Amino acid sequence: MAHLVLITYAVIAMLPVLLIVANSFKTRAAIFSQPHLPPWPGTFSLIGYLTVFSRGNFERYFANSLVVTCVAMALILLLGAAAAFALSQYRFKGNTWVGLYLALGIMIPIRLGTVSILNLTSALGLVNTLWALILVYTAQGLPLAVFILQQFMRQVPRDLLDAARIDGMSEYRIFGLVLPLVRPAVASVAVFTMVPMWNDLWFPLILAPGEATKTVTLGAQQFVGQFISDWNALLASLTLAMLPVLALYVLLSRQLLRGLTAGAIK
Amino acid sequence: MKDTGGGAPASPPAPLVTMRKRRPFPTYILVFLLPAAGIYTLFMIYPLIDSLRVSLYAPEDGRRAFAGLANYARLLTDSLYAPRFWAALRHNFVFFAVHMLVQNPIGLILAVALSSRRLRGRVIYRTLLFMPTVLSFVIVGFIWQLILSPLWGVAEGLMQAVGAGAYFRPWLGMEGPALVTLSLVSVWQFIGIPMLLFHAALLAIPDEFVEAARVDGASGWTTFWRIELPLILPTVGVVAILTYVGNFNAFDLIYTTQGALAGPNFSTDILGTFFYRTFFGFQLQLGNPTMGATIAGAMFYIILVGVLLYLFVWQRRVQVYEL
Amino acid sequence: MWRARWLTFGVVVLLVIAGCQQRQAAQAPSAPVTLTIESWRNDDLPVWQDTILPAFMKRYPNIKVVFAPTAPTEYNAALNAKLEGGTAGDLITCRPFDLSLALFNKGFLAPVNDLSGMENFGDVAKSGWITDDGSTVFCVPMASVIHGFIYNGSIFKELGLSEPKTEAEFFAVLQKIRQDGRYAPLAMGTADQWEAATMGFQNIGPNYWKGEEGRLALIQGQQKFTDAQYVAVWRQLARWRPYMPRGFQAQKYPDSQNQFTLGKAAIYPAGSWEISLFRRQAQFELGAFTPPAPAGATDCYISDHVDIAIGMNAKTQHPQEARTFLEWVASQEFAELYSNGLPGFFTLSNHKITLQDPLAQTFINWRGLCKTTIRNSYQLLSRGEPNLENELWRVSAEVIKGALRPEQAARQIQTGLEKWYKPKQ
Repeated sequence: MAHLVLITYAVIAMLPVLLIVANSFKTRAAIFSQPHLPPWPGTFSLIGYLTVFSRGNFERYFANSLVVTCVAMALILLLGAAAAFALSQYRFKGNTWVGLYLALGIMIPIRLGTVSILNLTSALGLVNTLWALILVYTAQGLPLAVFILQQFMRQVPRDLLDAARIDGMSEYRIFGLVLPLVRPAVASVAVFTMVPMWNDLWFPLILAPGEATKTVTLGAQQFVGQFISDWNALLASLTLAMLPVLALYVLLSRQLLRGLTAGAIK
Repeated sequence: MKDTGGGAPASPPAPLVTMRKRRPFPTYILVFLLPAAGIYTLFMIYPLIDSLRVSLYAPEDGRRAFAGLANYARLLTDSLYAPRFWAALRHNFVFFAVHMLVQNPIGLILAVALSSRRLRGRVIYRTLLFMPTVLSFVIVGFIWQLILSPLWGVAEGLMQAVGAGAYFRPWLGMEGPALVTLSLVSVWQFIGIPMLLFHAALLAIPDEFVEAARVDGASGWTTFWRIELPLILPTVGVVAILTYVGNFNAFDLIYTTQGALAGPNFSTDILGTFFYRTFFGFQLQLGNPTMGATIAGAMFYIILVGVLLYLFVWQRRVQVYEL
Repeated sequence: MWRARWLTFGVVVLLVIAGCQQRQAAQAPSAPVTLTIESWRNDDLPVWQDTILPAFMKRYPNIKVVFAPTAPTEYNAALNAKLEGGTAGDLITCRPFDLSLALFNKGFLAPVNDLSGMENFGDVAKSGWITDDGSTVFCVPMASVIHGFIYNGSIFKELGLSEPKTEAEFFAVLQKIRQDGRYAPLAMGTADQWEAATMGFQNIGPNYWKGEEGRLALIQGQQKFTDAQYVAVWRQLARWRPYMPRGFQAQKYPDSQNQFTLGKAAIYPAGSWEISLFRRQAQFELGAFTPPAPAGATDCYISDHVDIAIGMNAKTQHPQEARTFLEWVASQEFAELYSNGLPGFFTLSNHKITLQDPLAQTFINWRGLCKTTIRNSYQLLSRGEPNLENELWRVSAEVIKGALRPEQAARQIQTGLEKWYKPKQ
């Protein structure tokens, strides 16, 4: 039963992606006349990839995206967990208000502040650096991280922490103790703060459009835009744009999703 | 059975650690809070306030005059803005409703299936099911546009294969179905998020609870309704509020597939695209930062109401069930 | 363990960033001056990279020019944000009329009146990039585009069709193609909306409102969109519906291009900018005809629209080099490279150019046969809200789909315009 549900949906999730990948290896006529079929000897063609590979600088873009996403994610998780810990564990004056203040950011489309952010980054001399993106994404990701981690940290049994306090552990050590206990939450926060950062088009376009700082999504978008009428190249560049994301995801999901099975609170 | 099921939170929720009164404010709280609050304030709150400030000023060139709520009055009454605003808001709620009715229940079902004990290939399933979520809007938009394209005929061919070819329509170009179609594309993309949250919550339920219920002869269905669902209710709330909030940020998909004019005839126009068009302008239309900021301000208040409802009504009520 | 791994990873990443920044810093002093061009023409990237810019850099080896296009839909917003934040390129590709005028008024574009070579451009050429008082030009005109219909020569031959001259002949041709049943008569969709206005309304319209005469009368308030000659244009568009492709409501611009170049459609309501793409993709003979003449018409009119120009970022670090580039844009050499590199974009300068592409030559020959005009929504009339151009997109698409009657479309457009526009006498 479980397998039936999961297999059915896995097919729904995979099919569109496979369709694009399969057709990217076909001739233009075959893409249109038999879109459902996989490439055969008669219809196989690499013309799209040849077009795409003759332009572009994908390794560089990929490295940039990797740096931005990983640094911002590390900052979000570390700082977010610390703030969530403080909000969930201590009763102090203004706790609710600080919580609300930090939660505000979940709800506002940060694009609204674009012009101010641009002015700010140019005042700090960060325009066309990866730091501009890292800082904006960290600010953008923190509210959700704090919000979710807080929910989960509340569920950590108090007795455990009180026992640690009686043993004379410092609050920092106790934070270190709690962190592994909420690993599933940390893992899921990590996965889906990563997604919008990796996929963002807007801030790379505005804050770091230079060739040296271009991210892979921006590169792919310009690519796809450039080949919009050439379906061979379009499908090839869609495939190439997906592959790094999927590779990174499969790579990280082993790391990040492992926490889900191992570290559930018992 | 009731002892174990309902009795877990028998002791009242443990009190939060109370601060000792003699130290006014412990440094470690600051160490925990300040770095996050600092970056967040500088790169999010400040730019947003700076931009929202604009919504309170008259849109004259050069020197801006303080105008109070006049722009908001204009947004809600002027024949140029009001019809678009209400239509966009309505579309946002349709978008939200589709996600609540389709995405979250299916996400829950998948999470339950995924969390069933001794499931083989769990890692593979999880990786596959979450995959669409990691793709960018640009790619998802293009993929579905191609699939639903009447010219390419993939969707039509698939429907013919199951004998439903006659029901194919160019949905993305039709005023009624376009919005629902796009909502479903968004569901396809983001179903991994509620699935993952529910999955994490289900895994956190101590095995003994479920085992005990099984020993008592409760069916899988009963166990789910009586034990698992109540225990993951906080997550249901989190998912609902995230869906609500996320739907107001939904812009990229509609922008990628339908353009900033959110066609046909504005039938897929949501507050995000309305804001973008107004704030940055479109084609020959120049940007209007003041009215753009006003729309964003209105979005802010609409979202605020939802979040406050969640925090003060829902969260207070379900606290009881927490472990 | 988990945290330790993250920490190591963070350190590595920081080192990488530090490395990148050092490399950038080291490059700066020795390199020649680099100019960056902002543009929305990402389709043209290969031509700029391979043909136009190398020719310039051969002549001026100490100036390096980079063509850095943004997708057309994001160009306006992204450019504005970059200009406000001081990160925009040195040379700015200019949209015609109000968008660029607004940039000039905000001080983002420098005047180009005194460039040598500006004398090569006539008043019409400069009309898209000049202040309202006519005193200051702020972009060097590059090209105009001409509307008409491109057709598949093989299909025409196969079905024994000839180029239609009049409205009646046009619909007779469409009817024959439809009866044959193998090809879509018209390759166009309404999903993106703009084709309905640009390749539909503005393409066939000038014949009905008599080109410049009607356009200026609208600006002066002597004609209204509810007048018979404008409603007639929408009536024509409504008659296109039976000849549109199946599912045209969801058909997007690139879909139509593919449909036509794959030989699945006979006639493509076009702008001349399509020529280079069609040349690359179509395996059949291409022909073109002018918008069909209404019954009883004596003169013919075509839309020859000023479309693209290039100006200078007022805050550029290298004004001298930027001016050098713009002066080259105003030269014969550029006009030739551009018109032939991008057939279908016709230079706005007065230089004599030989076009190598016969289809492009067909389009430009119409300048001698018909009176020319520009799109009627571009000058002054799209300065307020609701925006006339955007509204024309919407109602024209609705008329073709049959969701609006031509009279309703006309009334909506006129009401919207009157909401803010005060005719200029």
